[in-house]
Amino acid sequence: MPRALLEVSNVETYYGPIMAIRGISFTVPKGQIVTILGANGAGKTTILKTVSGVMDPQKGSVLFDGKAIHGMDPDRVMRLGLSHVPEGREVFPFLSVRENLRMGAYTRSDPGGIAQDLEMVYEYFPVLQARADQRAGSLSGGEQQMLAISRALMARPAMMLLDEPSLGLSPKLVKEIFDIILRINKERGVTVLLVEQNANMALHIADYGYVLEVGRIVMEDACARLLEKDDIKEFYLGVKEAGVRGTRRWKRKKTWR
Amino acid sequence: MGCIYGLVALGFVLIYKATELVNFAQGDLLMLGAFVCYMFVIWYGVGYWAAFALAIAIVALFGAALDASVLRRVIGQPQFAVVMLTIGLGAIFRAFASMTWGSEIYTLPTPFSAKATRVGGVTISHEYVSIIVGTVILCAVLYAFFTYTRVGVAMQAASQNQLAAYYMGIPVKRMFSLIWAISAGVAAIAGVLLAPVSLIDINLGFIGLKAFAAAVLGGFGSIPGSLVGGITIGLIELFAGAYLPHGFKDVAAYVVLLAVLAIRPQGMFGTVGRKKV
Ligand SMILES: Nc1ncnc2c1ncn2[C@@H]1O[C@H](COP(=O)(O)OP(=O)(O)OP(=O)(O)O)[C@@H](O)[C@H]1O
Ligand SMILES: [Mg+2]
Repeated sequence: MPRALLEVSNVETYYGPIMAIRGISFTVPKGQIVTILGANGAGKTTILKTVSGVMDPQKGSVLFDGKAIHGMDPDRVMRLGLSHVPEGREVFPFLSVRENLRMGAYTRSDPGGIAQDLEMVYEYFPVLQARADQRAGSLSGGEQQMLAISRALMARPAMMLLDEPSLGLSPKLVKEIFDIILRINKERGVTVLLVEQNANMALHIADYGYVLEVGRIVMEDACARLLEKDDIKEFYLGVKEAGVRGTRRWKRKKTWR
Repeated sequence: MGCIYGLVALGFVLIYKATELVNFAQGDLLMLGAFVCYMFVIWYGVGYWAAFALAIAIVALFGAALDASVLRRVIGQPQFAVVMLTIGLGAIFRAFASMTWGSEIYTLPTPFSAKATRVGGVTISHEYVSIIVGTVILCAVLYAFFTYTRVGVAMQAASQNQLAAYYMGIPVKRMFSLIWAISAGVAAIAGVLLAPVSLIDINLGFIGLKAFAAAVLGGFGSIPGSLVGGITIGLIELFAGAYLPHGFKDVAAYVVLLAVLAIRPQGMFGTVGRKKV
Protein backbone atom coordinates (compact mmCIF):
# COMPACT_ATOMS: atom_id res chain seq x y z
CA MET A 1 0.00 0.00 0.00
CA PRO A 2 1.30 3.49 -0.87
CA ARG A 3 2.25 5.79 1.96
CA ALA A 4 -0.65 7.62 3.60
CA LEU A 5 -0.76 11.34 2.88
CA LEU A 6 -3.48 11.98 5.44
CA GLU A 7 -3.77 10.03 8.66
CA VAL A 8 -6.66 10.67 11.01
CA SER A 9 -6.51 8.79 14.33
CA ASN A 10 -9.16 8.49 17.04
CA VAL A 11 -10.54 11.94 16.42
CA GLU A 12 -13.39 13.27 18.56
CA THR A 13 -14.97 16.62 17.68
CA TYR A 14 -17.64 18.50 19.62
CA TYR A 15 -20.12 21.28 18.92
CA GLY A 16 -20.31 22.62 22.45
CA PRO A 17 -21.49 19.66 24.49
CA ILE A 18 -22.62 17.72 21.43
CA MET A 19 -20.19 15.06 20.27
CA ALA A 20 -20.42 15.04 16.46
CA ILE A 21 -17.42 12.82 15.72
CA ARG A 22 -17.08 9.87 18.06
CA GLY A 23 -13.58 8.54 17.63
CA ILE A 24 -12.77 8.18 13.96
CA SER A 25 -9.67 6.85 12.24
CA PHE A 26 -8.99 6.66 8.52
CA THR A 27 -6.17 7.16 6.09
CA VAL A 28 -5.90 8.60 2.60
CA PRO A 29 -2.99 7.17 0.60
CA LYS A 30 -1.06 9.48 -1.70
CA GLY A 31 -2.48 9.77 -5.20
CA GLN A 32 -5.77 8.03 -4.43
CA ILE A 33 -9.39 9.08 -4.18
CA VAL A 34 -10.97 8.12 -0.88
CA THR A 35 -14.65 8.69 -0.20
CA ILE A 36 -16.64 8.99 3.01
CA LEU A 37 -20.33 8.19 2.64
CA GLY A 38 -23.04 8.97 5.14
CA ALA A 39 -26.57 10.25 5.60
CA ASN A 40 -27.56 13.75 6.79
CA GLY A 41 -25.97 14.64 10.05
CA ALA A 42 -23.62 11.69 10.00
CA GLY A 43 -20.75 14.08 10.55
CA LYS A 44 -19.12 14.22 7.12
CA THR A 45 -18.79 17.99 7.00
CA THR A 46 -17.54 18.00 10.57
CA ILE A 47 -14.76 15.57 9.64
CA LEU A 48 -13.58 17.76 6.78
CA LYS A 49 -13.70 20.86 8.97
CA THR A 50 -11.64 19.06 11.57
CA VAL A 51 -9.06 18.09 8.97
CA SER A 52 -8.80 21.56 7.44
CA GLY A 53 -8.53 23.25 10.84
CA VAL A 54 -11.83 25.14 10.97
CA MET A 55 -12.70 23.02 13.97
CA ASP A 56 -10.30 21.57 16.47
CA PRO A 57 -10.67 18.00 17.67
CA GLN A 58 -11.01 17.41 21.39
CA LYS A 59 -9.04 14.20 21.14
CA GLY A 60 -7.00 12.37 18.54
CA SER A 61 -4.58 13.48 15.87
CA VAL A 62 -4.55 14.54 12.24
CA LEU A 63 -1.31 14.03 10.35
CA PHE A 64 -0.77 15.51 6.90
CA ASP A 65 2.37 14.32 5.16
CA GLY A 66 3.61 13.15 8.55
CA LYS A 67 3.04 16.55 10.17
CA ALA A 68 0.51 17.13 12.98
CA ILE A 69 -2.04 19.67 11.75
CA HIS A 70 -4.78 19.42 14.37
CA GLY A 71 -5.24 22.70 16.20
CA MET A 72 -3.69 24.72 13.37
CA ASP A 73 -5.54 27.67 11.85
CA PRO A 74 -7.15 26.84 8.49
CA ASP A 75 -5.03 29.30 6.53
CA ARG A 76 -1.87 27.59 7.75
CA VAL A 77 -3.17 24.12 6.95
CA MET A 78 -3.99 25.34 3.47
CA ARG A 79 -0.46 26.64 3.00
CA LEU A 80 0.81 23.10 3.58
CA GLY A 81 -1.01 21.97 0.43
CA LEU A 82 -4.44 20.93 1.65
CA SER A 83 -7.33 22.72 -0.09
CA HIS A 84 -10.90 22.49 1.18
CA VAL A 85 -13.84 22.88 -1.22
CA PRO A 86 -16.60 23.56 1.29
CA GLU A 87 -20.17 22.34 1.25
CA GLY A 88 -22.39 24.89 -0.48
CA ARG A 89 -19.57 26.35 -2.64
CA GLU A 90 -18.90 29.50 -0.63
CA VAL A 91 -17.66 31.62 -3.52
CA PHE A 92 -16.93 35.33 -3.02
CA PRO A 93 -20.22 36.64 -4.44
CA PHE A 94 -19.19 40.20 -5.29
CA LEU A 95 -15.84 39.39 -6.85
CA SER A 96 -15.59 38.42 -10.50
CA VAL A 97 -14.94 34.83 -11.48
CA ARG A 98 -11.36 35.71 -12.35
CA GLU A 99 -10.79 37.47 -9.01
CA ASN A 100 -12.21 34.43 -7.22
CA LEU A 101 -9.73 32.23 -9.03
CA ARG A 102 -6.88 34.61 -8.22
CA MET A 103 -7.85 34.48 -4.55
CA GLY A 104 -7.41 30.72 -4.82
CA ALA A 105 -3.77 31.41 -5.64
CA TYR A 106 -3.44 33.98 -2.83
CA THR A 107 -0.64 32.10 -1.10
CA ARG A 108 1.45 31.74 -4.27
CA SER A 109 3.94 34.20 -5.64
CA ASP A 110 4.81 32.76 -9.06
CA PRO A 111 2.86 34.85 -11.62
CA GLY A 112 3.90 32.54 -14.47
CA GLY A 113 2.63 29.44 -12.73
CA ILE A 114 -0.59 31.17 -11.71
CA ALA A 115 -1.30 32.21 -15.30
CA GLN A 116 -0.60 28.65 -16.43
CA ASP A 117 -2.99 27.21 -13.85
CA LEU A 118 -5.64 29.73 -14.85
CA GLU A 119 -5.43 28.35 -18.39
CA MET A 120 -5.64 24.85 -16.96
CA VAL A 121 -8.86 25.43 -15.03
CA TYR A 122 -10.38 27.21 -18.03
CA GLU A 123 -9.59 24.09 -19.99
CA TYR A 124 -11.31 21.89 -17.40
CA PHE A 125 -14.30 24.22 -17.18
CA PRO A 126 -14.59 26.37 -20.34
CA VAL A 127 -17.74 28.03 -19.02
CA LEU A 128 -15.66 29.81 -16.38
CA GLN A 129 -13.61 31.49 -19.07
CA ALA A 130 -16.78 32.70 -20.77
CA ARG A 131 -17.94 34.15 -17.44
CA ALA A 132 -14.56 35.43 -16.25
CA ASP A 133 -15.72 39.02 -15.68
CA GLN A 134 -19.10 38.17 -14.23
CA ARG A 135 -19.78 38.38 -10.50
CA ALA A 136 -19.47 34.95 -8.95
CA GLY A 137 -22.76 35.45 -7.08
CA SER A 138 -24.62 35.59 -10.38
CA LEU A 139 -23.43 32.17 -11.57
CA SER A 140 -25.72 29.17 -11.51
CA GLY A 141 -25.28 26.62 -8.75
CA GLY A 142 -23.42 24.24 -11.03
CA GLU A 143 -21.12 26.97 -12.29
CA GLN A 144 -20.42 28.04 -8.71
CA GLN A 145 -19.45 24.46 -7.88
CA MET A 146 -17.06 24.44 -10.84
CA LEU A 147 -15.65 27.74 -9.63
CA ALA A 148 -15.21 26.42 -6.09
CA ILE A 149 -13.30 23.38 -7.34
CA SER A 150 -11.20 25.49 -9.71
CA ARG A 151 -10.45 28.04 -7.02
CA ALA A 152 -9.12 25.31 -4.76
CA LEU A 153 -7.09 23.92 -7.65
CA MET A 154 -5.44 27.31 -8.19
CA ALA A 155 -3.46 26.77 -5.00
CA ARG A 156 -1.75 23.75 -6.62
CA PRO A 157 -2.72 21.60 -3.66
CA ALA A 158 -1.26 18.19 -2.95
CA MET A 159 -4.64 17.15 -1.64
CA MET A 160 -8.23 18.37 -1.99
CA LEU A 161 -11.13 17.92 0.42
CA LEU A 162 -14.42 17.94 -1.49
CA ASP A 163 -17.64 18.32 0.48
CA GLU A 164 -20.65 17.09 -1.53
CA PRO A 165 -19.73 18.51 -4.92
CA SER A 166 -22.89 16.95 -6.39
CA LEU A 167 -25.21 18.86 -4.09
CA GLY A 168 -28.21 20.24 -5.96
CA LEU A 169 -26.87 19.50 -9.44
CA SER A 170 -28.59 17.75 -12.33
CA PRO A 171 -27.49 14.14 -12.96
CA LYS A 172 -25.73 15.18 -16.16
CA LEU A 173 -23.75 17.91 -14.42
CA VAL A 174 -22.91 15.55 -11.56
CA LYS A 175 -21.43 13.13 -14.08
CA GLU A 176 -19.43 15.97 -15.66
CA ILE A 177 -18.05 17.19 -12.32
CA PHE A 178 -17.06 13.70 -11.23
CA ASP A 179 -15.29 13.10 -14.54
CA ILE A 180 -13.26 16.25 -13.94
CA ILE A 181 -12.46 15.20 -10.36
CA LEU A 182 -11.16 11.92 -11.73
CA ARG A 183 -9.10 13.77 -14.35
CA ILE A 184 -7.64 16.13 -11.73
CA ASN A 185 -6.65 13.09 -9.72
CA LYS A 186 -5.10 11.22 -12.64
CA GLU A 187 -3.52 14.10 -14.58
CA ARG A 188 -2.38 16.33 -11.73
CA GLY A 189 -1.78 13.61 -9.16
CA VAL A 190 -3.93 15.42 -6.62
CA THR A 191 -5.01 13.20 -3.74
CA VAL A 192 -8.74 13.53 -3.05
CA LEU A 193 -10.90 13.03 0.02
CA LEU A 194 -14.48 13.10 -1.24
CA VAL A 195 -17.50 13.33 1.02
CA GLU A 196 -20.78 12.39 -0.64
CA GLN A 197 -24.38 11.38 -0.32
CA ASN A 198 -24.39 10.33 -3.95
CA ALA A 199 -22.88 6.96 -3.12
CA ASN A 200 -23.25 5.55 -6.59
CA MET A 201 -21.12 8.22 -8.27
CA ALA A 202 -18.61 8.42 -5.44
CA LEU A 203 -18.00 4.68 -5.32
CA HIS A 204 -17.44 4.57 -9.07
CA ILE A 205 -14.60 7.07 -9.11
CA ALA A 206 -13.02 6.42 -5.70
CA ASP A 207 -10.50 3.75 -4.78
CA TYR A 208 -11.44 3.20 -1.18
CA GLY A 209 -14.54 4.07 0.84
CA TYR A 210 -15.67 4.55 4.42
CA VAL A 211 -19.27 4.54 5.59
CA LEU A 212 -20.11 6.91 8.40
CA GLU A 213 -23.09 6.68 10.73
CA VAL A 214 -23.77 9.19 13.51
CA GLY A 215 -20.15 10.02 14.06
CA ARG A 216 -18.70 6.53 13.74
CA ILE A 217 -17.22 4.57 10.85
CA VAL A 218 -19.31 1.43 10.47
CA MET A 219 -17.80 -0.04 7.33
CA GLU A 220 -14.75 0.35 5.12
CA ASP A 221 -13.50 -1.43 2.04
CA ALA A 222 -12.25 -1.00 -1.49
CA CYS A 223 -14.97 0.68 -3.52
CA ALA A 224 -15.34 -2.23 -5.94
CA ARG A 225 -16.23 -4.47 -3.01
CA LEU A 226 -18.43 -1.90 -1.27
CA LEU A 227 -20.52 -1.71 -4.44
CA GLU A 228 -21.37 -5.41 -4.02
CA LYS A 229 -22.65 -5.16 -0.47
CA ASP A 230 -26.37 -5.32 0.27
CA ASP A 231 -26.24 -2.62 2.95
CA ILE A 232 -24.67 -0.27 0.47
CA LYS A 233 -27.23 -1.01 -2.21
CA GLU A 234 -29.92 -0.15 0.28
CA PHE A 235 -28.06 3.04 1.13
CA TYR A 236 -28.53 4.25 -2.44
CA LEU A 237 -32.18 4.89 -1.62
CA GLY A 238 -31.10 7.87 0.45
CA VAL A 239 -29.88 9.60 -2.70
CA LYS A 240 -33.43 10.47 -3.74
CA GLU A 241 -33.70 13.02 -0.93
CA ALA A 242 -30.96 15.16 -2.39
CA GLY A 243 -33.32 17.77 -3.89
CA VAL A 244 -35.23 18.42 -0.68
CA ARG A 245 -32.05 18.74 1.34
CA GLY A 246 -30.70 21.23 -1.14
CA THR A 247 -33.50 23.68 -0.49
CA ARG A 248 -33.35 23.25 3.24
CA ARG A 249 -29.67 23.98 3.33
CA TRP A 250 -30.03 27.43 1.80
CA LYS A 251 -32.28 28.45 4.63
CA ARG A 252 -29.93 27.25 7.29
CA LYS A 253 -28.22 30.14 8.98
CA LYS A 254 -24.48 30.30 8.79
CA THR A 255 -23.26 30.19 12.35
CA TRP A 256 -19.59 29.51 11.92
CA ARG A 257 -17.22 32.24 12.97
CA MET B 1 -19.06 69.40 6.06
CA GLY B 2 -20.75 66.77 3.96
CA CYS B 3 -17.38 65.34 2.99
CA ILE B 4 -16.50 64.87 6.66
CA TYR B 5 -19.76 63.04 7.32
CA GLY B 6 -19.01 60.99 4.25
CA LEU B 7 -15.52 60.06 5.44
CA VAL B 8 -16.68 59.03 8.88
CA ALA B 9 -19.57 57.11 7.33
CA LEU B 10 -17.03 55.38 5.11
CA GLY B 11 -15.26 54.21 8.25
CA PHE B 12 -18.50 52.78 9.64
CA VAL B 13 -19.20 50.99 6.40
CA LEU B 14 -15.72 49.50 5.96
CA ILE B 15 -15.83 47.90 9.38
CA TYR B 16 -19.43 46.83 9.07
CA LYS B 17 -18.90 45.16 5.73
CA ALA B 18 -15.89 43.27 6.95
CA THR B 19 -16.87 42.21 10.42
CA GLU B 20 -20.58 43.01 10.75
CA LEU B 21 -19.77 45.16 13.76
CA VAL B 22 -21.16 48.67 14.00
CA ASN B 23 -18.47 50.82 15.52
CA PHE B 24 -20.08 53.70 17.36
CA ALA B 25 -16.67 54.90 18.49
CA GLN B 26 -15.86 55.99 14.94
CA GLY B 27 -16.55 59.66 15.71
CA ASP B 28 -14.34 59.50 18.76
CA LEU B 29 -11.48 58.13 16.68
CA LEU B 30 -11.93 61.26 14.59
CA MET B 31 -11.64 63.33 17.75
CA LEU B 32 -8.48 61.49 18.76
CA GLY B 33 -6.99 62.11 15.31
CA ALA B 34 -7.60 65.84 15.63
CA PHE B 35 -6.13 65.97 19.15
CA VAL B 36 -3.05 63.95 18.28
CA CYS B 37 -2.34 66.24 15.36
CA TYR B 38 -2.91 69.31 17.55
CA MET B 39 -0.61 67.92 20.20
CA PHE B 40 2.25 67.42 17.76
CA VAL B 41 1.85 70.83 16.20
CA ILE B 42 1.41 72.91 19.35
CA TRP B 43 3.23 70.97 22.07
CA TYR B 44 6.10 69.55 20.10
CA GLY B 45 6.33 72.08 17.31
CA VAL B 46 6.14 69.48 14.56
CA GLY B 47 5.22 70.77 11.10
CA TYR B 48 1.59 70.47 9.99
CA TRP B 49 2.14 67.77 7.38
CA ALA B 50 4.38 65.64 9.56
CA ALA B 51 1.88 65.94 12.41
CA PHE B 52 -0.91 64.98 10.00
CA ALA B 53 0.98 61.85 8.97
CA LEU B 54 1.82 60.99 12.59
CA ALA B 55 -1.81 61.39 13.62
CA ILE B 56 -2.96 59.05 10.86
CA ALA B 57 -0.33 56.47 11.72
CA ILE B 58 -0.96 56.58 15.46
CA VAL B 59 -4.73 56.39 15.23
CA ALA B 60 -4.53 53.64 12.58
CA LEU B 61 -2.23 51.59 14.79
CA PHE B 62 -4.56 52.23 17.67
CA GLY B 63 -7.48 50.95 15.57
CA ALA B 64 -5.63 47.76 14.72
CA ALA B 65 -4.66 47.22 18.35
CA LEU B 66 -8.25 47.80 19.40
CA ASP B 67 -9.39 45.10 17.00
CA ALA B 68 -6.75 42.62 18.08
CA SER B 69 -7.25 43.16 21.80
CA VAL B 70 -10.94 43.87 22.29
CA LEU B 71 -13.20 43.64 19.29
CA ARG B 72 -12.02 40.31 17.93
CA ARG B 73 -13.49 38.73 21.04
CA VAL B 74 -17.00 40.04 20.53
CA ILE B 75 -17.43 38.93 16.92
CA GLY B 76 -20.47 36.69 16.88
CA GLN B 77 -21.91 38.13 20.08
CA PRO B 78 -25.33 39.79 19.79
CA GLN B 79 -25.26 43.15 17.99
CA PHE B 80 -26.59 44.78 21.12
CA ALA B 81 -23.51 43.84 23.13
CA VAL B 82 -21.23 45.14 20.39
CA VAL B 83 -23.09 48.45 20.16
CA MET B 84 -22.83 48.94 23.90
CA LEU B 85 -19.17 48.04 23.83
CA THR B 86 -18.27 50.53 21.10
CA ILE B 87 -20.36 53.28 22.73
CA GLY B 88 -18.48 52.53 25.94
CA LEU B 89 -15.15 52.67 24.14
CA GLY B 90 -16.14 56.04 22.72
CA ALA B 91 -16.85 57.32 26.23
CA ILE B 92 -13.48 56.04 27.41
CA PHE B 93 -11.74 57.83 24.54
CA ARG B 94 -13.49 61.08 25.45
CA ALA B 95 -12.51 60.67 29.09
CA PHE B 96 -8.96 59.93 28.07
CA ALA B 97 -8.90 62.99 25.83
CA SER B 98 -10.20 65.28 28.56
CA MET B 99 -7.59 63.95 31.01
CA THR B 100 -4.76 64.36 28.54
CA TRP B 101 -5.68 67.52 26.73
CA GLY B 102 -8.22 69.07 29.07
CA SER B 103 -11.72 70.12 28.15
CA GLU B 104 -10.84 73.46 26.62
CA ILE B 105 -11.47 74.27 23.01
CA TYR B 106 -8.48 74.49 20.71
CA THR B 107 -7.80 75.76 17.25
CA LEU B 108 -5.37 74.07 14.95
CA PRO B 109 -3.39 76.45 12.75
CA THR B 110 -2.87 75.03 9.28
CA PRO B 111 -1.25 76.20 6.06
CA PHE B 112 -4.81 76.84 4.82
CA SER B 113 -5.95 79.02 7.70
CA ALA B 114 -7.49 82.35 6.85
CA LYS B 115 -6.74 82.14 3.17
CA ALA B 116 -9.39 82.28 0.54
CA THR B 117 -9.79 82.31 -3.18
CA ARG B 118 -12.45 84.14 -5.14
CA VAL B 119 -13.96 82.08 -7.89
CA GLY B 120 -16.47 83.92 -10.02
CA GLY B 121 -17.75 86.12 -7.23
CA VAL B 122 -17.92 83.37 -4.60
CA THR B 123 -15.34 83.31 -1.86
CA ILE B 124 -14.10 79.86 -0.92
CA SER B 125 -11.82 79.48 2.05
CA HIS B 126 -8.86 77.16 1.64
CA GLU B 127 -9.88 75.13 4.64
CA TYR B 128 -12.97 73.92 2.83
CA VAL B 129 -11.00 73.33 -0.34
CA SER B 130 -8.57 71.20 1.63
CA ILE B 131 -11.45 69.08 2.94
CA ILE B 132 -12.87 68.49 -0.51
CA VAL B 133 -9.52 67.80 -2.15
CA GLY B 134 -8.50 65.53 0.72
CA THR B 135 -11.71 63.54 0.42
CA VAL B 136 -11.35 63.09 -3.30
CA ILE B 137 -7.73 61.97 -3.06
CA LEU B 138 -8.49 59.61 -0.21
CA CYS B 139 -11.38 58.02 -2.06
CA ALA B 140 -9.32 57.51 -5.18
CA VAL B 141 -6.52 55.91 -3.18
CA LEU B 142 -8.90 53.62 -1.29
CA TYR B 143 -10.69 52.65 -4.48
CA ALA B 144 -7.46 51.76 -6.24
CA PHE B 145 -6.26 49.85 -3.22
CA PHE B 146 -9.39 47.70 -2.90
CA THR B 147 -9.70 47.07 -6.63
CA TYR B 148 -6.18 46.57 -7.89
CA THR B 149 -3.98 45.25 -5.12
CA ARG B 150 -3.85 41.64 -4.07
CA VAL B 151 -4.28 42.51 -0.40
CA GLY B 152 -7.14 44.87 -1.20
CA VAL B 153 -9.05 42.22 -3.14
CA ALA B 154 -8.29 39.72 -0.39
CA MET B 155 -9.86 42.14 2.11
CA GLN B 156 -12.97 42.30 0.01
CA ALA B 157 -12.95 38.51 -0.15
CA ALA B 158 -12.54 38.19 3.61
CA SER B 159 -15.47 40.49 4.20
CA GLN B 160 -17.68 38.71 1.67
CA ASN B 161 -17.05 35.22 2.92
CA GLN B 162 -14.88 34.78 5.94
CA LEU B 163 -14.83 31.01 5.96
CA ALA B 164 -13.94 30.74 2.28
CA ALA B 165 -11.20 33.30 2.78
CA TYR B 166 -9.66 31.03 5.40
CA TYR B 167 -9.81 28.17 2.92
CA MET B 168 -7.84 30.29 0.46
CA GLY B 169 -5.09 30.75 3.02
CA ILE B 170 -5.95 34.41 3.57
CA PRO B 171 -4.99 35.43 7.12
CA VAL B 172 -8.47 36.71 7.93
CA LYS B 173 -7.73 38.03 11.40
CA ARG B 174 -4.86 40.13 10.13
CA MET B 175 -7.10 41.42 7.32
CA PHE B 176 -9.69 42.56 9.86
CA SER B 177 -7.08 44.36 11.91
CA LEU B 178 -5.91 46.04 8.74
CA ILE B 179 -9.46 47.12 7.94
CA TRP B 180 -9.75 48.59 11.43
CA ALA B 181 -6.49 50.39 10.87
CA ILE B 182 -7.67 51.82 7.56
CA SER B 183 -10.98 52.83 8.99
CA ALA B 184 -9.41 54.49 12.04
CA GLY B 185 -6.89 56.18 9.74
CA VAL B 186 -9.72 57.56 7.61
CA ALA B 187 -11.38 58.88 10.77
CA ALA B 188 -8.12 60.56 11.79
CA ILE B 189 -7.81 62.20 8.38
CA ALA B 190 -11.38 63.44 8.69
CA GLY B 191 -10.55 64.79 12.14
CA VAL B 192 -7.47 66.68 11.01
CA LEU B 193 -9.26 68.09 7.98
CA LEU B 194 -12.18 69.13 10.12
CA ALA B 195 -10.11 70.70 12.90
CA PRO B 196 -9.49 74.11 11.30
CA VAL B 197 -13.18 74.73 10.54
CA SER B 198 -14.74 73.26 13.64
CA LEU B 199 -12.36 73.81 16.56
CA ILE B 200 -11.15 70.86 18.57
CA ASP B 201 -12.81 69.74 21.75
CA ILE B 202 -13.61 66.41 23.29
CA ASN B 203 -17.13 66.41 21.89
CA LEU B 204 -15.95 66.58 18.31
CA GLY B 205 -16.79 62.90 18.15
CA PHE B 206 -20.52 63.52 18.27
CA ILE B 207 -20.26 64.26 14.60
CA GLY B 208 -20.17 60.47 14.38
CA LEU B 209 -23.89 60.38 15.07
CA LYS B 210 -24.66 62.40 11.97
CA ALA B 211 -22.17 60.35 10.00
CA PHE B 212 -24.02 57.28 11.15
CA ALA B 213 -27.17 58.78 9.71
CA ALA B 214 -25.21 59.36 6.50
CA ALA B 215 -24.15 55.72 6.42
CA VAL B 216 -27.73 54.57 6.90
CA LEU B 217 -28.96 57.03 4.32
CA GLY B 218 -26.47 55.67 1.80
CA GLY B 219 -27.54 52.12 2.52
CA PHE B 220 -25.31 50.62 5.16
CA GLY B 221 -22.71 48.57 3.41
CA SER B 222 -22.30 50.64 0.28
CA ILE B 223 -19.08 52.63 0.02
CA PRO B 224 -20.13 55.13 -2.66
CA GLY B 225 -23.46 55.30 -0.83
CA SER B 226 -21.81 56.41 2.39
CA LEU B 227 -20.07 59.30 0.64
CA VAL B 228 -23.20 60.41 -1.18
CA GLY B 229 -25.13 60.03 2.08
CA GLY B 230 -22.59 62.21 3.85
CA ILE B 231 -22.66 64.92 1.21
CA THR B 232 -26.46 64.82 1.14
CA ILE B 233 -26.66 65.35 4.88
CA GLY B 234 -24.09 68.13 4.66
CA LEU B 235 -26.13 69.90 1.97
CA ILE B 236 -29.40 69.42 3.82
CA GLU B 237 -27.87 71.05 6.88
CA LEU B 238 -26.52 73.89 4.84
CA PHE B 239 -29.87 74.70 3.24
CA ALA B 240 -31.82 74.10 6.44
CA GLY B 241 -29.48 76.50 8.20
CA ALA B 242 -29.94 79.12 5.51
CA TYR B 243 -33.66 78.92 4.78
CA LEU B 244 -35.40 77.35 7.75
CA PRO B 245 -35.97 78.87 11.18
CA HIS B 246 -33.20 78.54 13.74
CA GLY B 247 -33.01 75.07 15.30
CA PHE B 248 -34.06 73.14 12.24
CA LYS B 249 -30.49 72.76 11.06
CA ASP B 250 -29.64 69.90 13.36
CA VAL B 251 -32.97 68.14 12.96
CA ALA B 252 -33.34 68.41 9.20
CA ALA B 253 -30.86 65.63 8.47
CA TYR B 254 -32.79 63.16 10.60
CA VAL B 255 -36.11 64.17 9.11
CA VAL B 256 -34.76 63.43 5.64
CA LEU B 257 -33.27 60.19 6.90
CA LEU B 258 -36.66 59.07 8.20
CA ALA B 259 -38.32 60.03 4.94
CA VAL B 260 -35.79 58.13 2.84
CA LEU B 261 -36.00 55.07 5.04
CA ALA B 262 -39.78 55.07 4.80
CA ILE B 263 -39.62 55.07 1.01
CA ARG B 264 -36.49 52.98 0.43
CA PRO B 265 -35.75 50.99 3.58
CA GLN B 266 -32.49 49.67 2.10
CA GLY B 267 -31.12 53.21 1.76
CA MET B 268 -30.35 55.09 -1.43
CA PHE B 269 -27.69 52.70 -2.64
CA GLY B 270 -28.42 49.57 -0.66
CA THR B 271 -28.98 46.28 -2.35
CA VAL B 272 -31.75 43.98 -1.25
CA GLY B 273 -31.14 40.35 -0.35
CA ARG B 274 -27.41 40.69 -0.32
CA LYS B 275 -26.64 37.58 1.66
CA LYS B 276 -27.97 34.25 0.60
CA VAL B 277 -26.75 32.15 3.48
N1 LIG C 1 -22.85 24.48 14.22
C1 LIG C 1 -23.33 23.37 14.81
N2 LIG C 1 -23.74 23.41 16.11
C2 LIG C 1 -24.21 22.31 16.72
N3 LIG C 1 -24.34 21.11 16.13
C3 LIG C 1 -23.95 21.00 14.85
C4 LIG C 1 -23.43 22.12 14.12
N4 LIG C 1 -23.14 21.73 12.87
C5 LIG C 1 -23.46 20.42 12.82
N5 LIG C 1 -23.93 19.97 14.00
C6 LIG C 1 -24.36 18.60 14.30
O1 LIG C 1 -23.29 17.73 14.09
C7 LIG C 1 -23.72 16.55 13.45
C8 LIG C 1 -22.92 16.32 12.18
O2 LIG C 1 -23.11 17.40 11.28
P1 LIG C 1 -22.42 17.47 9.84
O3 LIG C 1 -22.70 18.82 9.29
O4 LIG C 1 -21.01 17.07 9.97
O5 LIG C 1 -23.25 16.39 9.03
P2 LIG C 1 -23.12 15.96 7.51
O6 LIG C 1 -22.79 14.53 7.52
O7 LIG C 1 -22.20 16.86 6.79
O8 LIG C 1 -24.61 16.18 7.03
P3 LIG C 1 -25.16 16.71 5.63
O9 LIG C 1 -25.15 15.56 4.72
O10 LIG C 1 -26.54 17.15 5.95
O11 LIG C 1 -24.28 17.82 5.20
C9 LIG C 1 -25.21 16.74 13.19
O12 LIG C 1 -25.90 16.01 14.20
C10 LIG C 1 -25.45 18.20 13.35
O13 LIG C 1 -26.72 18.45 13.88
MG1 LIG D 1 -22.38 18.12 5.28
